[in-house]
Amino acid sequence: MNEPISERFALPARVLHWLMALLILAMLLIGAGMVSTVSARYPQLLSWHRPIGLAILVLALLRIIVRLTHRTPPLPSDLPALQVAVAKGSHYVLYLLMIGVPLIGWAMQSAGGYPVTVWTGFVLFPILPHDVAVYGWLRQAHGLLAYAFLLIILGHLGAALFHGLVRRDGVFRSMTG
Amino acid sequence: MPTSNRTLPRLALIGAILGLIVLLFAWVGGYLTPSRISSDGLVDTLERATGKVYPGYRRAHSKGVCVSGHFTSTGAGLALSHASLFAAGDTAVIGRFSTNAGNPMAPDNAALFHALGLRFVLPHGEEWRMAIDHTPIFIVSNPRDFVDLQVANTPDPATGKPDPARLPAFVASHPETQRFLGLVKSTPVPSSFANGTYYSIHAFRFTNAQRETHLVRWQFEPQTPFAALDPAAMASLPPNFLFDELLTRMKGGPLQWHLILIAANPGDTTDNATVQWTGEHQRIDAGTLVLDQASTEATGACLGYNYDPTILPAGVAISDDPLLPARSAAYAESFTRRSIEIKDRAPDAITQEQQQGATP
Repeated sequence: MNEPISERFALPARVLHWLMALLILAMLLIGAGMVSTVSARYPQLLSWHRPIGLAILVLALLRIIVRLTHRTPPLPSDLPALQVAVAKGSHYVLYLLMIGVPLIGWAMQSAGGYPVTVWTGFVLFPILPHDVAVYGWLRQAHGLLAYAFLLIILGHLGAALFHGLVRRDGVFRSMTG
Repeated sequence: MPTSNRTLPRLALIGAILGLIVLLFAWVGGYLTPSRISSDGLVDTLERATGKVYPGYRRAHSKGVCVSGHFTSTGAGLALSHASLFAAGDTAVIGRFSTNAGNPMAPDNAALFHALGLRFVLPHGEEWRMAIDHTPIFIVSNPRDFVDLQVANTPDPATGKPDPARLPAFVASHPETQRFLGLVKSTPVPSSFANGTYYSIHAFRFTNAQRETHLVRWQFEPQTPFAALDPAAMASLPPNFLFDELLTRMKGGPLQWHLILIAANPGDTTDNATVQWTGEHQRIDAGTLVLDQASTEATGACLGYNYDPTILPAGVAISDDPLLPARSAAYAESFTRRSIEIKDRAPDAITQEQQQGATP
């Protein structure tokens, strides 16, 4: 095996990664919990869902700027080409989802004619005209993409742990260290 | 391979970590607790009680017509809530009168509960939506009982009718449902949508500019004099008599209701929609609802909205009534389902009747 890579992600990239990991995991759990109950937890979870979703959208845009302005550690040179392709492709998909899922949430509530209340008294402007057919499509996409997001995060975490525990090639430490 | 006896336990550890996360999601999502009522399950129960899915229609209160107009505030409501609806001046409103049937083609004499959905459009993107009924209280106090009542009313596929023993058994074990049915029996049904009082049913938490909170119920009281529906004449009335009467009546001029706010007295039950408040209560006339336009759902603007009573402006919040979260969750699921089906929606009963009348 080659020498493990020693380079780390830039500090802003690492802070954003772990903050967003926490928020996105919380958000996916909130979403799963919201649709599972009609109890008082439903409005409680819903009131957390929108501000956290907006925070994820804003942080994801910030993260793209950090990504474009900072150097990214290289993958280990002995990593098979297929794994390199999967690693790169899955990261593009993760970026798309962390922007797309909150944006679809905002768009679908706009199309559904709902006020997009981030918190009491603070309502976001609609980003789509009122159209229930469009709401129907986007509402389904929001839920399906959230489940896809969870699956890809599980794959991402599994691969990260594989790098950290089995390959021990420095990839895991480039984000933790 | 020298590393294999270390690799396997590490792979197992990775699998265990991922498995735990999946388990966490399964628990939060309710997959490990089948008795938890979800919005999906609640709406499924409504569909089964109706006996059929009518694509594109609401799963309850499916038959309705659109109205619109404005609300003129007296400013007196500010004593209880700083909601912008109560600031003196006019607020635009759209709404929808409906009856309680799940079947949108049911005749009006089969659905005797009148309801009104309202959507007040407030400054800064805020809205106040209401789902108000012509009965002052509700038939059950919590979502579990609501589901059980729907199940008791669900037609048996073999007979096409609900099991005749189940509803009496449910009523016998729920004194609050007996109270509701007693009230309904002793109270005449309004002859029109225009002359009924519409009640908030639930209490809501109002906060005024001094940050004082009150639990408040409200009612819209008609300026049109009350007239009772004659039960003897009901069977011979045409299928859409209630909706047709409203559309005809509103061609003759606007309809008005006074919004009366009623704050709870100490000791009043504020988390149970089956309990009426008794005795003297202070009444505040917050303003006048004026409805001056009416049309079918095919031509009006009310169809594409969910009249979720928990969509509230600053100054108003939900109370601890367990039905409010359940209504919100179920309305949202019904709205999603009918939005997905909207292209398959058949014209509503009133539109069909008008089209038949136009081309005999």
